[in-house]
Amino acid sequence: MTGPRERGAFVSGARLASLAVPAVVFVAALTAWEVVVRLNGIQPYVLPGPLLVLKTLVSDWDILAQSLLTTLITTLEGFIAAALGGIALALLFNQSRWLEWALFPYAVVLQVTPVIAIAPLLLIYLPQQTAVVTCAWIVGFFPVLSNTALGLNSVDRNLAGLFQLYGASRWQTLRYLKLPAALPYILGGLRIAGGLSLIGAVVAEIAAGSAGAGSGLAYRIAESGYRLNIPRMFAALVLLSVAGIVIYGLLALVSHLVLRRWHESALGKDS
Amino acid sequence: MSSSPSPERAADVAVRLRGVTKIYESGVAALGPIDLSIGRGEFVSLLGPSGCGKSTALRLIAGLASPSSGTLDIAAASSAPRPGHRIGFVFQEPTLMPWTSVRDNVGLPLKLAHVPAAEARTGIDAALAQVGLSDFADAFPRELSGGMKMRASLARALVTRPDILLMDEPFAALDEITRFRLNNDLLALWRSLSMTVLFVTHSVFESVYLSQRVLVMTARPGRLSAEIKIDADAPRDDAFRASAAYAGYCRRVSDALAPAYTGVHAL
Ligand SMILES: Nc1ncnc2c1ncn2[C@@H]1O[C@H](COP(=O)(O)OP(=O)(O)OP(=O)(O)O)[C@@H](O)[C@H]1O
Ligand SMILES: [Mg+2]
Repeated sequence: MTGPRERGAFVSGARLASLAVPAVVFVAALTAWEVVVRLNGIQPYVLPGPLLVLKTLVSDWDILAQSLLTTLITTLEGFIAAALGGIALALLFNQSRWLEWALFPYAVVLQVTPVIAIAPLLLIYLPQQTAVVTCAWIVGFFPVLSNTALGLNSVDRNLAGLFQLYGASRWQTLRYLKLPAALPYILGGLRIAGGLSLIGAVVAEIAAGSAGAGSGLAYRIAESGYRLNIPRMFAALVLLSVAGIVIYGLLALVSHLVLRRWHESALGKDS
Repeated sequence: MSSSPSPERAADVAVRLRGVTKIYESGVAALGPIDLSIGRGEFVSLLGPSGCGKSTALRLIAGLASPSSGTLDIAAASSAPRPGHRIGFVFQEPTLMPWTSVRDNVGLPLKLAHVPAAEARTGIDAALAQVGLSDFADAFPRELSGGMKMRASLARALVTRPDILLMDEPFAALDEITRFRLNNDLLALWRSLSMTVLFVTHSVFESVYLSQRVLVMTARPGRLSAEIKIDADAPRDDAFRASAAYAGYCRRVSDALAPAYTGVHAL
């Protein structure tokens, strides 16, 4: 029989393992990569080892950091536009059936058309920076829109009846009932939109790359590719992944903090 | 004080339905035609098989849905206008907003009526005290037991000091002891606040214990099939529950209800 203490030890052991296992696998994979590169004498312009990538990351830090900042700013602008646009549009749709019928098809069209195919057109019609941000917005806004719309429509029927009974105005119903009820959905949409905005920014930068003066991370990747500077390509790629992970982590944290007092998704097992 | 009879004079009537029917958009004939009147200050139970239209009737009276035909009168408030609304509604589920505290949940009707914060606070505290939840004002709904959630829901209905309290199987999901306690608390509130209560329930025993009059409905579309007056004076307590009179009433109500369950298609 296991007593409470042994169980506690077992649980924290499992927790430790859940952190240690991925770390060990990660290190092992990197080591294997390095060993394969060295044993076979693979040239850096074919496949650089992880140590070389790290070295490049440090030595090219100035130029890479500059590019990272550019891409992050584009992503942030696209994300904010997606968040505001998605939520605002969902609110409009929620208030007016007609608007929803009239406009929703276009939202879907924007969503299903691959952004890589739209980007060249946008680059023709818009200034480059605007076009890049627009791409980030296009891919990010639909999940916010559809999640918010879903949330606004998921209000408990009886709670809605209660607001009706007490003569709540449209604004009060929105402010005190629909928005709070939709909050978990909105945050879920934002979490998806964060990563997608980064993808949109990268896609647009790559499309714009040949056209000129872009200096984001994606542009660095494309440029390094032409110059066969593969280690820098990898270094930029690593930065992009880390940026994506951090964005997701931050949004997940915000979501947790906002919902932790009441929503199931943020509650511990026994609370 | 003896229980009031079925009200005759218009001035004594709080709720009156005449030939009211409800046919939902789906084509389901949910209710009626039904005629009923409830006297001011009366405690009436509505009893009937599942799906016979009890919730529908309450929603019509509360104005949450409109009748397909017939007329529905709700008497004007008996005294000076009060904040919020003169109808209180307690749903079968607690129906609390999970994202905010018990205090804010109970205060919702006042907030929607733009009652000033200080005044609202007094009202909320009073309502919480009435249902014995003063210590849990700042808890969130998920931190309450099922019975406490129902109390919070009741406090929210009471906070506007309604003339008419509509309750839709409020205690159906609770264990028997908790239900008995809430029944007693409800009766005490009803006596002290002089409200009109329309109480929907599945339970023959609960309806007899609580009310002055039990209305029995047929299977869907529900009409009134019987009316049983419970001529027992206060106090209604454990002694009443054990009395022969109580058993007699329960048998009468059960007998009146039985035909509704023969050839039932509503379940
Ligand atoms: N919004 C609705 N749209 C269509 N039909 C409905 C709706 N609400 C209820 N009904 C139907 O109307 C009938 C009566 O429903 P109601 O909820 O009033 O029954 P009830 O007596 O309260 O039942 P229960 O005791 O199980 O709660 C049912 O057959 C139900 O299917
Ligand atoms: Mg019902």
